[in-house]
Amino acid sequence: MSNDVLVHVRNVEKRFRRGSEDIHVLSGLSLEVPRGEFLALMGPSGSGKTTLLNLIGGLDRPTGGSVEIEGERIDGFSDRKLAAWRARHVGLVFQMYNLLPVLTAERNVDLPLLLTHLSRQERRRHVEAALAVVGLSHRARHFPRQMSGGEQQRVGIARAIVTDPTLLLCDEPTGDLDRKAGDEILDLLQVLNREQGKTIVMVTHDPHASARASRTVHLNKGQLSTEAVP
Amino acid sequence: MNWLVQVVEVTGFALQTLLTRKGASAATVIGIAGVVAVLVGVLSIGQGFRKAMTVSATPDSVIVLRSGADSEMMSGLSRDETRVIADAPGVARGASGAAVSAELFVVIDLPKRSTGTDANVPLRGVEAGAFEVRRNLEIVQGRNFEPGKNEVIVGAGAAVEFAGLDLGKTLRVGQNDWLVVGIFTAEGGIAESEIWTDAGVLQPAYRREDSFQVVYARLTSPEAFDAFKDALTTDPRVNVKVLRQTDYYADQSSTVYNMITGLGTLIASLMGLGALFGALNTMYTAVSSRTREIATLRALGFRASPVVFSVMIESMVLAFLGGGIGSAGAYFAFDGFRAATMNWQSFSQVAFAFEVSPSLLLQGMLYAAGIGLVGGLFPAIRAARLPISVALREL
Ligand SMILES: Nc1ncnc2c1ncn2[C@@H]1O[C@H](COP(=O)(O)OP(=O)(O)O)[C@@H](O)[C@H]1O
Ligand SMILES: [Mg+2]
Repeated sequence: MSNDVLVHVRNVEKRFRRGSEDIHVLSGLSLEVPRGEFLALMGPSGSGKTTLLNLIGGLDRPTGGSVEIEGERIDGFSDRKLAAWRARHVGLVFQMYNLLPVLTAERNVDLPLLLTHLSRQERRRHVEAALAVVGLSHRARHFPRQMSGGEQQRVGIARAIVTDPTLLLCDEPTGDLDRKAGDEILDLLQVLNREQGKTIVMVTHDPHASARASRTVHLNKGQLSTEAVP
Repeated sequence: MNWLVQVVEVTGFALQTLLTRKGASAATVIGIAGVVAVLVGVLSIGQGFRKAMTVSATPDSVIVLRSGADSEMMSGLSRDETRVIADAPGVARGASGAAVSAELFVVIDLPKRSTGTDANVPLRGVEAGAFEVRRNLEIVQGRNFEPGKNEVIVGAGAAVEFAGLDLGKTLRVGQNDWLVVGIFTAEGGIAESEIWTDAGVLQPAYRREDSFQVVYARLTSPEAFDAFKDALTTDPRVNVKVLRQTDYYADQSSTVYNMITGLGTLIASLMGLGALFGALNTMYTAVSSRTREIATLRALGFRASPVVFSVMIESMVLAFLGGGIGSAGAYFAFDGFRAATMNWQSFSQVAFAFEVSPSLLLQGMLYAAGIGLVGGLFPAIRAARLPISVALREL
């Protein structure tokens, strides 16, 4: 059913100005992500994967075309409205985890909840649940520097899911991890997709990672294709 | 959750991060503290000088000079004129007679105790009424001079500042010997920098015949001033100008006060510029070292303005720490510090104490706050302006 399309990117164009030069990163790209899909987005370095993910996540606006999430056009939102929209609708997972070093794991996970109207107790329950999902309940009081990369990324995932967003956007979530830790992260994402019905868009370099996804698309020269371009 | 909560949270992280950068933060704090200490210190000189010049002046006291004279030095009055002035309406009467004193004023050279170099000290000849005019005057050692004798009493400030002004010592000036019979205070006022004797003895010693330079008087009330002044300025027998003591001393101290204050402000501005760049640098570093952190918060949905606010608060915290340390340092180092300087308007030394007043401390804190505000503003704006997608790419 077409109303089960969660992400609808239509004909987007993204240009950057660098000095006098115009860089066309995305030119007339379209993409649909059905609700419940685990989509892998691949492509050579510099092909615009992060740029596309930023447009879907409302971190940036396209220079042309439209981005519609759950039937809502977000490309025309003001900065302020976008910020509130992100807090409600998307969970972000970064390659470098992006945890606040001065905060413990639980306080890092609590961050997105500060933007909600939840009470302290409700927030506490959500944080505990999210940490339990990623298997880090016992590390709640630890600081990022006391944890391994894989553990830090699991805290990052807990932070992304703590508000129960429909859409999870992961930019090379295993890019900085060894194979074993990376596999654990991919296991976790698969569980979130299958058991909690999270729609996931994951940027990755790694065919091993994209193999876990339900579908893979390739970005090259500003266009998407189902086949990798050699 | 509301904006204020975002501000509080983001500021909380920022201040926690501040503690992890102790070195740079401490350097900024110390820089600002130094500037504030110097500002407050220099201004306390001007403040103390002005206080010494004006503290003992009361609103009901007047000073009468020859018309056209700007200071006692320049003025001259005959005995007849001083009598007319003493009889003018509104002069108060005390226990020992009318509160009016015709005085003359000579400047003598005495070596400073500290350096041994000569400096000018006023030697004032007064009439008995002088003690009715300056009622705050108090003999703290010895006794008052006896009329008709070559005896002097010495202001406490002058006694500390100049060699030879000890009780019982004889002071030789030119052909004359003066015996120091008493030390007096005047609530820290200008008179403490002077030496006093009987006008009737000083006149022949300096061949002034029967002339004076100035008349000091205390009126029955501050409101009696206009009638007193009008009576004298319309009297054809005298050609004088009448000033309130408060106005006269404020005017007499203005040149030195303005110069010290101007100098202090200049030094503090130059140093402040240095401290400002220090603060800017610290805050730029603080912000850029947190670029990705700030971008992450904004990506999660925190708004830009709490980020601006938190950077400003962070900078203000550093500034207030610096301002507090600097002000406290200035207070403990300078307040009450005794010194003497030349007052060019009377060509004589004025002894005074540095005065770190509450208003100066406030000025110091405001200055620090200004440095913090400007030092934080530009980095804050930069942090807020940088697009999230760009900031996330920075390491
Ligand atoms: N803010 C920007 N200004 C200028 N160029 C940019 C900006 N963001 C991305 N680019 C450029 O766009 C291209 C795509 O970048 P990106 O989306 O990060 O690629 P990928 O994630 O696939 O490696 C690169 O050439 C990059 O340099
Ligand atoms: Mg990328």
